[in-house]
Amino acid sequence: MAKPIELEVNGKRYSVQYPPDTPLLSVLRDELGLTGSKYGCGEGQCGACTVLISGAPKRSCMISVSTVVGKPVTTIEGLEKDGRPHPVQQAFLDAGAFQCAFCTSGMIMSSVGLLQGNPKPTDAEIIQFMQGNICRCGTHPRVIEAIRHAAGMAQEPRS
Amino acid sequence: MSDFTQKFIPEPERYEFRTAPIHQFELARRDFFKLLGAGIAVFAVAKDSQAMQETAPSRAFHNEELPKEITSWLHVGEDGTVTGFTGKAEIGQNIRTSLAQTVADELRVPFETVRMVMADTALTPFDAGTFGSRTTPTMTPQFRRVASAARDLLIEVAAKEWNVAPEGLVAANAKVTDPASGRSLRYAELARGKTLAQNLPVEDPVTPAPEWTIAGKPVPKVDAREFVTGKHQYTPDLRPAGLLHGKVLRPPSFGATLDSYDDSAAKTMTGVIVVRDGDFAGAAAPTVHEAQAALDAIHAQWNEVPQISNKELFAFLKKNGESKPDDRSRKQKGSVEEALKNAAHRLDATYTVAFIAHAPLEPRAAVADWSDGKLSVWTGTQRPFAVRDELAAVFHVPESSVRVIVPDTGSAYGGKHTGDAALEAARLARAAGRPVKLVWTREEEFTWAYFRPAGVIEIKSGIAADGTLTAWEFHNYNSGSSGIETPYVVSNQRIEFHSVPQILRSGSYRGLAATANHFARETHMDALARTARMDAIEFRIKNLSDSRMRAVLEAAAKSFGWPHKKSREGQGFGIAAGYEKGSYVATCAEVAVDRSSGAVRVVRVVEAFECGAIVNPDGLRNQVVGAIIQGLGGALFESIEFENGRIKNPHFASYRVPRFRDVPQIESVLLDRKDIPSAGAGETPIMTLAPAIGSAIFDATGVRLNALPMVPNGLQRM
Repeated sequence: MAKPIELEVNGKRYSVQYPPDTPLLSVLRDELGLTGSKYGCGEGQCGACTVLISGAPKRSCMISVSTVVGKPVTTIEGLEKDGRPHPVQQAFLDAGAFQCAFCTSGMIMSSVGLLQGNPKPTDAEIIQFMQGNICRCGTHPRVIEAIRHAAGMAQEPRS
Repeated sequence: MSDFTQKFIPEPERYEFRTAPIHQFELARRDFFKLLGAGIAVFAVAKDSQAMQETAPSRAFHNEELPKEITSWLHVGEDGTVTGFTGKAEIGQNIRTSLAQTVADELRVPFETVRMVMADTALTPFDAGTFGSRTTPTMTPQFRRVASAARDLLIEVAAKEWNVAPEGLVAANAKVTDPASGRSLRYAELARGKTLAQNLPVEDPVTPAPEWTIAGKPVPKVDAREFVTGKHQYTPDLRPAGLLHGKVLRPPSFGATLDSYDDSAAKTMTGVIVVRDGDFAGAAAPTVHEAQAALDAIHAQWNEVPQISNKELFAFLKKNGESKPDDRSRKQKGSVEEALKNAAHRLDATYTVAFIAHAPLEPRAAVADWSDGKLSVWTGTQRPFAVRDELAAVFHVPESSVRVIVPDTGSAYGGKHTGDAALEAARLARAAGRPVKLVWTREEEFTWAYFRPAGVIEIKSGIAADGTLTAWEFHNYNSGSSGIETPYVVSNQRIEFHSVPQILRSGSYRGLAATANHFARETHMDALARTARMDAIEFRIKNLSDSRMRAVLEAAAKSFGWPHKKSREGQGFGIAAGYEKGSYVATCAEVAVDRSSGAVRVVRVVEAFECGAIVNPDGLRNQVVGAIIQGLGGALFESIEFENGRIKNPHFASYRVPRFRDVPQIESVLLDRKDIPSAGAGETPIMTLAPAIGSAIFDATGVRLNALPMVPNGLQRM
């Protein structure tokens, strides 16, 4: 049996027994039941599995579970505070920035990561930062609108 | 399961042509109310059985059996909750919201009190599937009618209660009111203690679109909060107790069969179940990792069959479809030969489209659970009842022993008509005696799902000196016949679809062949306009008689500012228009071509769309903008590469889909025709993007691109 791995996810401590190279995403979903982070490709290409590790957005399908020991992990389930949506979640709601919404968790986590490092990004910076998140339904303009809104910037008319 | 692979190979567009079989519904009335609680229910019944209803002694029936052949129904519960039931699935098109709006609007209740139960073969009426932009034109009027009948029934109950005539009573805001006395009763109070069920009356007037109050408005997506907090459970998120994870052993190439097989090492692994059934082999284990380890321990050798590759594709299609036009789509009028001979200008061209993948972000997935010989399967499919029937046939159990449930799904785009993952999960679960979850990897999704069929289109055409279209000959090989007819007036035409033996597993894709046929036709129309030295819009309008098509062309042109003066080097403008499945679209595009690098950027897209009366403008805008962005991929760079039965680019790293940087400035112009019944909107808005961009590239460079995708590696020749 593998040695227990100590994790801190959404402020809670967990001890899990998995092979050390297991993707963090698998542990989050299959062991901890945190299924808000999605499997979209398993190759770090689509961004649906994005979580914050020590505050930085990372593709959890590409991160071995053993490498996040001692680093706080935040998933989409950890964003709400006192039952209230995070401002980025609220901005996505206000913009209606989803269709099938399978990409939405990853989009929101990437957006939170972007705004933590750059509270007032330009459109070019938003596009550059979000390039790794795929939305197959084509909701990109509303995601950009939601990020602008969350950053407290003027909204342009919705297309 | 010897017929495992053979059984679920879809033909192009097969499902779109299938008519719904009449379902024999098995739930007795008593069970129905046991399930939902007391209240008032109204059922819509398929047209064929209307005669039966008309001969019934009264509108309300009280025998124990429900009518058969039900297509949708509505229940008003004792707590005032309204529940609509439909076999349609929510796959991101936002139909859960727009159907609930329709029910709330017609029944006169707050939107928040309506919930929709969808796509569950045990709870909802039979439905052929969620495809073909059919949900809005069929389900919306049905729910209007059942809601209207339920409202009448509530009024009748109130009239009886008060011993007054029902005619003077008013239903509004979930209450029935008697204006004469000022009395009112809430729907919840009227439904209390009742088990009253009624067939839908044959004729019952519904609220016309100009009087809608909840429908026609931008209501936000139902359960939006669940989606942005990660709480919504898609199929891959389900974790029933005792769950095992499944993996399937994939052959190295399409059509390969097992030659030798040894799973003795895999079978010794703890907690692992290994299954072989014909050419199907798979494993189930407590973790995906362990299931994969078991597959890795299987020694299998496969017999492969030689197959064609990309390079030979279009020649193969042309050669094998040549002599077999499909009569169903054949159109013949006048004499094309004569007209071509007499034309002032002739223009012939050949167009091609590649195989492309849907690549829904939620891969095919299923959770299957056998219990007492009964099978329950959760899976993201557009055709739950067909998947149920497939499961019943494959496992030799009655359909009544199989339940298929579709959680709101992470998109489909026509790609989830089959139940592949459901069959695989069910096979493993039967062997395991425990629930099994199977989630396809992205590589499996790109390889073992089906594709939008590739095609070759040949056009011969002629125009008179004044720009009148006089001859039109159009042959489509393999890609399909949707949108194959020309909307332009041509007195001499021959239009044929030629089917070709399947090369790669092919099936429906958003818009079907209408995208390929519009690409060829509208690109050709642009070239003809230039031949006639006419403006692209003027040329089209000259050859059109359809006022709705003209209206979208003019609306797009107006918002875009057509004709547009070029202000920069490499700038170009294009337009295209079309009609399909009851809705009209016109698209204007602006491109910027970098002459040194050949890079093509779509700068701006304006699309006018008209689908009759708009049910939810916000959801519609999402669909239109989404179709434009998804369409960018097929127009510019998406293409499945294959060789000898193998997909060579089964990853997002090698199969490029549109990303943030590809997205142009987009304006959608929605024409709300309240005088025309609502049509679906999931498909038509994708059709005209590619030809508009292609014409803009020609405008910028003088290079005519006749192959989709147009610029997978930038513009090569200038």
